[in-house]
Amino acid sequence: MADHQLTHLKELESEAIYILREVAAQFERPVLLFSGGKDSIVLVHLSRKAFFPALIPFPLLHIDTGHNFIETLDFRDWLVKEIRGRLIVGSVQESIDTGRVVEEKGINASRNVLQTVTLLDTIEKFKFDAAIGGARRDEEKARAKERIFSHRDEFGQWDPKNQRPELWNLFNGRKHLGEHFRVFPISNWTEMDVWQYILAENIDLPNIYFTHERDVFYRDGIWLAAAPFMQMKPSEAVERRSVRCRTVGDITCTGLTLSTADTVEDIIQEIAATRVTERGGRYDDKRSEAAMEDRKKEGYF
Amino acid sequence: MEASFSSKAYLDMELLRFTTAGSVDDGKSTLIGRLLYDSKSIFEDQLDAVKRASLQKGGDFLNLALFTDGLRAEREQGITIDVAYRYFATPKRKFIIADTPGHIQYTRNMVTGASTASAAIVLIDARNGVIEQTHRHAFIASLLGIPHIIVCINKMDLVGYRQDVFDQIRLDFKMFSDRVFPLHDIRFIPISALNGDNVVKPSIRMPWYNACTLLNTLETIPIDQDHNFVNQRFPVQYVIRPESDEHHDYRGYAGCIAGGIFHPGDPVVVLPSGIKSKIVSIDTLNNTLTEAFPPMSVTLTLEDDLDISRGGMITGAYDLPTESSEVELMICWMNPKPLQMKGRYTVKHTTNEVRCKVEEIIYLLNISTLDTIAPVDEIRMNDIARIRIRTTKPLYYDPYSLNRITGSLILIDEATNETLAAGMIV
Repeated sequence: MADHQLTHLKELESEAIYILREVAAQFERPVLLFSGGKDSIVLVHLSRKAFFPALIPFPLLHIDTGHNFIETLDFRDWLVKEIRGRLIVGSVQESIDTGRVVEEKGINASRNVLQTVTLLDTIEKFKFDAAIGGARRDEEKARAKERIFSHRDEFGQWDPKNQRPELWNLFNGRKHLGEHFRVFPISNWTEMDVWQYILAENIDLPNIYFTHERDVFYRDGIWLAAAPFMQMKPSEAVERRSVRCRTVGDITCTGLTLSTADTVEDIIQEIAATRVTERGGRYDDKRSEAAMEDRKKEGYF
Repeated sequence: MEASFSSKAYLDMELLRFTTAGSVDDGKSTLIGRLLYDSKSIFEDQLDAVKRASLQKGGDFLNLALFTDGLRAEREQGITIDVAYRYFATPKRKFIIADTPGHIQYTRNMVTGASTASAAIVLIDARNGVIEQTHRHAFIASLLGIPHIIVCINKMDLVGYRQDVFDQIRLDFKMFSDRVFPLHDIRFIPISALNGDNVVKPSIRMPWYNACTLLNTLETIPIDQDHNFVNQRFPVQYVIRPESDEHHDYRGYAGCIAGGIFHPGDPVVVLPSGIKSKIVSIDTLNNTLTEAFPPMSVTLTLEDDLDISRGGMITGAYDLPTESSEVELMICWMNPKPLQMKGRYTVKHTTNEVRCKVEEIIYLLNISTLDTIAPVDEIRMNDIARIRIRTTKPLYYDPYSLNRITGSLILIDEATNETLAAGMIV
């Protein structure tokens, strides 16, 4: 490699830091959407780098479905202390209790879709004007077309056919009152890039990303975690297996991978050999071919 | 996603951003699908989805184009309507593809995709040869300063894989390109995206072609000179002032190096004040650096306590950018609402924002014939034109041909906040 040529990871890092600084400079009340998943953990790491030696100039927002892996919550609280940051929690349970949303019923009930309402309510309540998210364009086909600075109207909706052109590194974050932006600093990263970066930077992760024994059951080609609020069909049986999470979301829709990988290097080897996309294990994407596109238009992450 | 990736090898990879341009039915989506498929970047669940969709549409073969169809509207109409980004990697490089549609009305998307690209693939249908749209695509790639152009002559299977067809098209293309951008690195590759000839694997059906396949070309194109390493330019993005006990007096200027190589001790000038100072340190979270170059995001500290804010620029002391509030530029207009003479817009240039007035439309360009049209008093969507603007405060810039960062700007509508135009300073 030539003397003045960055590696692809360094170039992606540099781009993400640039975007995070643009957010801090262009918006009055940004917030970082923190799910407890690896992508948002990487975002927090990049934010520390972007503003060092100052603290991260925006709070973290966790939309809590109430259906979490407990390890995620513990990790979240540890991380917030570690970065001396501020955490805001938006509660889906509260949205249900106050009648803002109605809980889904039936065997495939999930609070994943309900999060959108809680998210938009929280954004409105705190008057956030930019919500930084860890979505990547390689995850899903609707995301492949989304801008890095993605405009939302006053109803929080995304209009995929009327996006602002995004040229060079000139990000246009101008908006009217009540509108906001979603900003995706790691848009150009792939799952492999994220893991390689975690390895290179030695970033801490919740232990559910690594192999552990858990009670699970099998449904439509996906392993799901057994939990008190999971409804199971009579034909489904709980088994004890060695698994790990490839993505971390609401427990009701996070598919688990049978795996013995217990280091980041192991995970990288496993992903290199894997033939299924990361969201292939997401139950929420399987509902229809355009599932993600529809949710995004309504204001989903 | 090759199993052969070792953790360590992956850390030495480079990044190449490229864009693709072709007319409707040139087989662009098929080509990208082929690149992804043959480089084993397609996962099983994606493959299954495409197999299902191929069957549904009545195809009896795997429709590679379906890998890149993104939004529902596109799947229904079977056309690409916007810029989509795709990713794949080989052990040598990670690639970001800006996949842009070829319709005339979507010039703006191509400009968008080309703005960040180091290479452009221009697709030509071997049966049709160089057509008007080829000129447009090649011209836009050159206008946006893309250093490397790869002309893929596709559908060679439909012309019997004949060398004379390839040679004639190459000649025709060079006739045009020599006139427009004689210095560019242009390569020609005969391919069949449908059958995979010369895309990832060398073709056995075209023994007369001995040069690189497309993937091999993408892996080896030199990209280490794609930035400006000569003229020191550092637009200040954000001022870091921790005001904490441990870093009480720290004042760092955060930004991304736009040009040149910076070292601690370098004498610099701070714009717009023109005050001279010296770089004390180049800081990152992990360590302080002995040098920083494009496109690194770093934080600079200076010897003197100066009042510098976002929009300012730190530059080499003996090598200043042009300072002017009268700026001539080539623009691509991107909004249904036309550009108006004397119209007032917001200019976003590096980290700086000023207002401007359009003083003159110098000419409108017919990008198929390269004829200039003047006088004109209106510039419409997808038009390319040369204009002169006057800004409320001076801009500090370089010609786009010298620096794609300090030489580019966008125009924004003050009422709707929409991005109206891409501008390249002449």
